[in-house]
Amino acid sequence: MNTENIQVPTMAEMASKGEQPEVLFWVGCAGSFDDRYKKVTKAFVKILNKVGVKFAVLGEEETCTGDPARRAGNEFLFQMQAMSNIQVLDGYGVKRIVTACPHCFNTLKNEYPALGGNYEVVHHSQFLQELIDEGKVRVKEGGGFKGRKITFHDSCFLGRANNVYEAPRKVLESLDAELVEMKRCKTKGLCCGAGGAQMFKDAEPGNKEINIERTEEALDTGASVIASGCPFCMTMLSDGIKNKEKESSVEVKDIAELIAEAEDLV
Amino acid sequence: MNYLSQIAFVLVLVVAGYFLAKRIKEIRGNILLGKDVDRSDRKSERMKSMLLVAFGQKKMFKKLIPAFLHLLIYVGFLVINIEVLEFIIDGLVGTHRIFAGPLGDAYTVALNIFEFLAVAVIFSCVVFLIRRNVLKVGRFSGIEMTSWPKLDANLILVIEIILMFAILTMNATDQILQTRPDANYTETGRMVFSATLIPLFEGMSTTGLIITERVAWWFHIIGIFAFAIYITYSKHLHIFMAFPNTYYANLNPKGEMNNMDEVTTEVKAMLGVGGASSEPPAEISRFGAKDATDLNWVNLMNSYACTECGRCTQQCPANMTGKKLSPRKIMMDTRDRIDEIGKTGGDDGKSLLGDYITKEEINACTSCNACVEACPVNIDPLSIILQLRRYVVMEESSAPQSWNSMFSNIETNFAPWKFPPTDRFKWANDLKTEEKD
Ligand code: HEM
Ligand code: SF4
Ligand code: SF4
Repeated sequence: MNTENIQVPTMAEMASKGEQPEVLFWVGCAGSFDDRYKKVTKAFVKILNKVGVKFAVLGEEETCTGDPARRAGNEFLFQMQAMSNIQVLDGYGVKRIVTACPHCFNTLKNEYPALGGNYEVVHHSQFLQELIDEGKVRVKEGGGFKGRKITFHDSCFLGRANNVYEAPRKVLESLDAELVEMKRCKTKGLCCGAGGAQMFKDAEPGNKEINIERTEEALDTGASVIASGCPFCMTMLSDGIKNKEKESSVEVKDIAELIAEAEDLV
Repeated sequence: MNYLSQIAFVLVLVVAGYFLAKRIKEIRGNILLGKDVDRSDRKSERMKSMLLVAFGQKKMFKKLIPAFLHLLIYVGFLVINIEVLEFIIDGLVGTHRIFAGPLGDAYTVALNIFEFLAVAVIFSCVVFLIRRNVLKVGRFSGIEMTSWPKLDANLILVIEIILMFAILTMNATDQILQTRPDANYTETGRMVFSATLIPLFEGMSTTGLIITERVAWWFHIIGIFAFAIYITYSKHLHIFMAFPNTYYANLNPKGEMNNMDEVTTEVKAMLGVGGASSEPPAEISRFGAKDATDLNWVNLMNSYACTECGRCTQQCPANMTGKKLSPRKIMMDTRDRIDEIGKTGGDDGKSLLGDYITKEEINACTSCNACVEACPVNIDPLSIILQLRRYVVMEESSAPQSWNSMFSNIETNFAPWKFPPTDRFKWANDLKTEEKD
């Protein structure tokens, strides 16, 4: 694609031009700072550019939703974060939000309303599914995935927490690859081990790391791509694959990256 | 003679009723020690959930074999209890099988259905005993499954088997007595299942048979009353509590944590937003939960509804990787503690957090909701874990060190990691330069 034209408008820029985007892309902390997940952010932005979605980001005005603080028990810090984020979002009159992080998604969607922040919030898997359904994203015949085995790892905060099981699978189906399920999937999906603020501390003493248990299950499917839709799952599963020394044969990829790849955007 | 047995029956009924009422009052009182939470909304959704999950056993069917076996016991219990109505009328009025005459053939059909179910219950209980004691199904063990919970589980199954045999013995001897002219027993028609036991008793004298029949009758009815009281001390309380428990269960998305309004008031004051408190600040006893009385009444009701089936613990990622956390233990500890508070008043220097549940357990939770999803009676162990964490952080400030660092990162850098906020949007520049290459 014509790379020079890639646009990442901020809300501030839009507002100064008196414009309003269709959707705010909430990047999230992992999407902004984590080297691996920044690639997902970029892939998603490329798709948005390609399709011509009128979107904007908050840029430096975005701050942590407060999710990890809340799950760890720090309600004060969570509410401080939430209230200042709501002030910013409401200041720009944001109505619709898309995010590539199930934790941000859950918090913005379910927990901000109690503090006065009401938005229509979708996860990027749902957004991508919409684009596919509307025919705006059409993966070309033989997008490079034909015949490859892909397995999808359900993020707890997307799946059980919010009952989104189908959207990411629909997106993967559009790739024309072979979608194989792990033994524990959907409502029974096994956690990657990072939720509930575990991402930010070492695990308690035990006899195994949760991400290893899950990685083994993913490897059992024989898939060459483990797809996920969450930055924490991404980290945990990538670590698992490294631990199992399978980096050369198995990749952990976000669904947005897979779509971007199939669309030749990378 | 007849009068005596009627008086004895009334006595038994009154004594059983007294103890049962006392226990119900105690348990209700214990549950109401919990904090208020409003579950009076969405009544039709709640009713639907109760009908599906409790009455319809929906979530049980995630595991087919125990679901089927349990269904037999469950239906058996519901249906056989219709017969208890006849027991009570007979006992009070001094009649024998009062429904036999008026119902005629229908009575015979009903009794045969009851007997079939009695046999089915015996079958299920035997298989359940085997699963527990011979096959040693994994989820029936664990650190919280100490001697009492294990004994309790086996006792219930044995008691149910004995009660069912009492019915069958009573019906078998009754059928023989119907053929003895000197006994004058009401005609019931043939009862197929108990008929197989007839050879065991045929040789007995009429008096011996009457005594056996009466003993079986009394044993069954007293057994049922005793059982009703016993279950209030047991995980078997679920046979009743499953219903209110599913009715009042959380209907919001599982990922949503409840907002602490008392914190909102303070945060608003700190940030200087919103109508600064026009109303006086509500008296806050404590942030989060340290003891069982800091939890809400639904949490406490959950603890009395727990069947100790271990489906939650079996699905728990922390538990399956050897961590100390077990959601079933969270529920059992909560019940044991609130029971204790009900007895002692709670001024015993103990608390749920510390004396029952350790920080190591609650710190291991990934808030994955697998336990909540797995529970066949819609119990929410995660809600308790998160309230305990709130206490640890906000009252004790004793979170794990790395969580404290995460908190200060959010406070100073607005991200859980130590990156300068000015780097937050760098990816966009990278994107543009990368693309040019
Ligand atoms: C109303 C009559 C009921 C009776 C007589 C009854 C009886 C029993 C018995 C005897 C057991 C022990 C099984 C074992 O040893 O594994 C049991 C377990 C259990 N019951 Fe019930 N129950 C009743 C109602 C319910 C209801 C309404 C529910 C809600 C779904 C329920 C859920 C369970 C569960 C989850 C277990 C654990 C057993 C397993 O997972 O294998 N029960 N019940
Ligand atoms: S929410 Fe916590 S307790 Fe429940 S299954 Fe997940 S890790 Fe275990
Ligand atoms: S909480 Fe639910 S799943 Fe866990 S042991 Fe109790 S009844 Fe079973």
